[in-house]
Amino acid sequence: MLETEAEVAEFISGATQPLIIRGGGTRSVGRPLAGDVLELSGLSGVTLYEPGALTIVVRSGTPVREIEDLLGTENQRLAFEPYDLSGLSGASGISTIGGVMATNASGPRRIQAGAARDYALGVRFVDGTGTIIKNGGRVMKNVTGYDLVKLMMGSRGTLGVLTEVSLKVLPSVEQTTTLVIKKVSPHKAVSAMSRALSSPYEVSGAAWISGAVWLRIEGFSASVAYRAAALQRVLSPFGENYLMPDADWSEVRDAKPLHGLDNVWRVSVKPSDGPAILNALSSDCQTLMDWGGGLIWVGNTGGDVCATHTALQAHTAVLGGHATLIKAPETVRSSVSIFQPEASDIVLLSSQLRARFDPRQILNRDLLT
Amino acid sequence: MLMPVPDPVIISQKKRLVERLRKVLPANAVIDDVVETRAYECDALTAYRCPPMIAVLPSSTREVSEILRICHEESVPVVPRGSGTSLAGGALPTADCVVLGVARMTEVLETDYDNRFIRVQTGRTNLSVTGAVEEKDFFYAPDPSSQLACAISGNIAMNSGGAHCLKYGVTTNNLMGVTIVQMDGTVLKIGGAHLDSGSLDLLGVICGSEGQLGVVTEATLRILHKPEGARPVLMGFDSAEIAGACVADIIKAGVLPVAIEFMDRMLIEACEDFAKADYPLCEALLIVEVEGSDLEIDAQLALIMEIVIAHKPVAVRESASAEESARIWAGRKAAFSAIGRINDYMCLDGTIPVSELAYVLKRIEEMSRKYGLAVGNVFHAGDGNIHPLICYDANRPGELETCEKFGAEVLKLCVDVGGCLTGEHGVGIEKRDLMSYQYSPEDLAAQMVVKDVFDSKWLLNPAKVFPLTVSKPHRSMSFAAE
Repeated sequence: MLETEAEVAEFISGATQPLIIRGGGTRSVGRPLAGDVLELSGLSGVTLYEPGALTIVVRSGTPVREIEDLLGTENQRLAFEPYDLSGLSGASGISTIGGVMATNASGPRRIQAGAARDYALGVRFVDGTGTIIKNGGRVMKNVTGYDLVKLMMGSRGTLGVLTEVSLKVLPSVEQTTTLVIKKVSPHKAVSAMSRALSSPYEVSGAAWISGAVWLRIEGFSASVAYRAAALQRVLSPFGENYLMPDADWSEVRDAKPLHGLDNVWRVSVKPSDGPAILNALSSDCQTLMDWGGGLIWVGNTGGDVCATHTALQAHTAVLGGHATLIKAPETVRSSVSIFQPEASDIVLLSSQLRARFDPRQILNRDLLT
Repeated sequence: MLMPVPDPVIISQKKRLVERLRKVLPANAVIDDVVETRAYECDALTAYRCPPMIAVLPSSTREVSEILRICHEESVPVVPRGSGTSLAGGALPTADCVVLGVARMTEVLETDYDNRFIRVQTGRTNLSVTGAVEEKDFFYAPDPSSQLACAISGNIAMNSGGAHCLKYGVTTNNLMGVTIVQMDGTVLKIGGAHLDSGSLDLLGVICGSEGQLGVVTEATLRILHKPEGARPVLMGFDSAEIAGACVADIIKAGVLPVAIEFMDRMLIEACEDFAKADYPLCEALLIVEVEGSDLEIDAQLALIMEIVIAHKPVAVRESASAEESARIWAGRKAAFSAIGRINDYMCLDGTIPVSELAYVLKRIEEMSRKYGLAVGNVFHAGDGNIHPLICYDANRPGELETCEKFGAEVLKLCVDVGGCLTGEHGVGIEKRDLMSYQYSPEDLAAQMVVKDVFDSKWLLNPAKVFPLTVSKPHRSMSFAAE
């Protein structure tokens, strides 16, 4: 097993066929790939943690759980709330930070605190020629040169293999509560969430789950009590509401109501377009809205997967946004465009970037195409 | 500062280029008169000046596309310009270039409160973006000190920060989409009102690319509802070390103020003379601001004050009114002007891990004695972004060069302690030649690959960001030998 960056670099420069980049193996989204597996779970461990500077530097194969546990000892956390796909996919692996960052995996707090990419301060990676490259650093403000850190986040290993990331962390909160409005239509739910998110009360999660609106309020106790009460007043026109202090937000984060379904999509649109996406789906689809309506998880079992997929991406193309096929039978995944097709000029730029970072086209080849 | 030698062939063809540009632009949008082009000879890094060959002031994305297509065909370098407030020389022209200013592109194109974004033309100033949504109590969060004058285009080019980014992030965290025109005139729309990219995050690399990848003409920006209230507190300490330790303790305690600003005695006195903000006169001043309802502010300040008192402050004063708060911030935001009134100065912009604050300040003081130049310190203490202001006399021969040597030594120190050369102002020409100190040849090559892909002829702002010797093989043949 590879245990150092130098070994990863050597492995890549000596590779004679395409490589499948693998962290915990919990996020194998995309076209089924052929090639040798480049396993990164041996590249594990925290290299620097400075709680007073709100920064942590970790090797890419480090399990997310391990990082969260360490941060917990200092009452800190990963504010972007990375989701875990293993429940949806049924994968047995352990989610690693490299996989989280390479897929820009951000949970419900995305709308208030930002995405995974917003917490990435620096990276070290190995490109397709085996060259080790660093960008960014470990300080919170850094505009020195181009921001390749952002480019690496979400590139799914197609530009280079992450070996180390430095992250901004935030203090944990003293208290959390959730305002719930039951039995709300998608349209009304988005209106209620929009009202809450346009208030000064700093909502850190806004979801529509099993027909109910959930709005999360976090912070110091006195502040949570004050803001929750204010929100209860503001949202009273949308129906009866109550506070649920123990709401489990991993239900939303990991799309738990969709676990066990055969086909799953993740759709990002502007929040007010959320209901239009739901309306267009056939009745066998189960759905969950996060990000105030802007993120929609869709799932079903059976049915014409290709037709549903094509229809979803056609909708997002018109509305502006993207739909990604997260889970489907292999035959489907090898025949459709898993990621939202982009304008030809953007496809050209992206493919030229990939050709320069990975001239032999061996890193997760064809994953994004 | 070494700049590429202007290409005499390009300059000899000025007349034809002006004619071609006049065909696609209104008459008053093409400036070729040698007196008038002097208005564009520098930005806020005034130590370096060079009038451009031509300046153009388009009003639309279509006009920008026409200009770039023509310049691409003629292989003429283009220097994009927002409001010209760059402290790094990001908009410094060369004698053979066309300056493309977006100052006439100031329209608000779309305001959507339900989805919490605004779409603007990028010549619009930072503060007037907030101005456009203020009636509904919304605001645009990034707040560089130059926000009254600086344009969104420049904010995107430099990934600008500000005093309040400890809580709200910098430009890249608040930018949702752009319309960008490539050097060959191609217009691209990237991102939009939805969150995050479905594929490669091109928006992320465009933001902060210093006008080298394309000209951003429209931007979709995240807007937020204003907090119910905000209250700054002034805290004076006997030394920078104590103030630095206090900042680290506040952050560690889990309280995250929206801003923590630091000033030393020299800055306090200069700001006081200039803005009359009633700052306590002491060795080190912190402005700590928290937000929320009165109840929330009181609760947060109680926690903060417990920590502050343990560090034995020599003065503590909470703002008692909105007017007083405004005055406190006016003083801080006028810091550069306040020093500029007294002296010529060079403003540095390194970032360091906050744990290194006290050490770095001590070293800067030693360097100040070594170079014989006074230095004042003002910075965003919460995130380690420091702004030492080195004073010099531009009329005294050699003093600018001494000042630059001093500045370079400070920035190298920032890198040595685990930080970086620039936190929010950008590299421009100012820090260009220090890039090799922070990055290896391989690191720089990876960045230049992006430039190659977006602008293969290296015509957009070509002499910036990368040391000239490093970028030379990449740059277009349109440059003569240096």
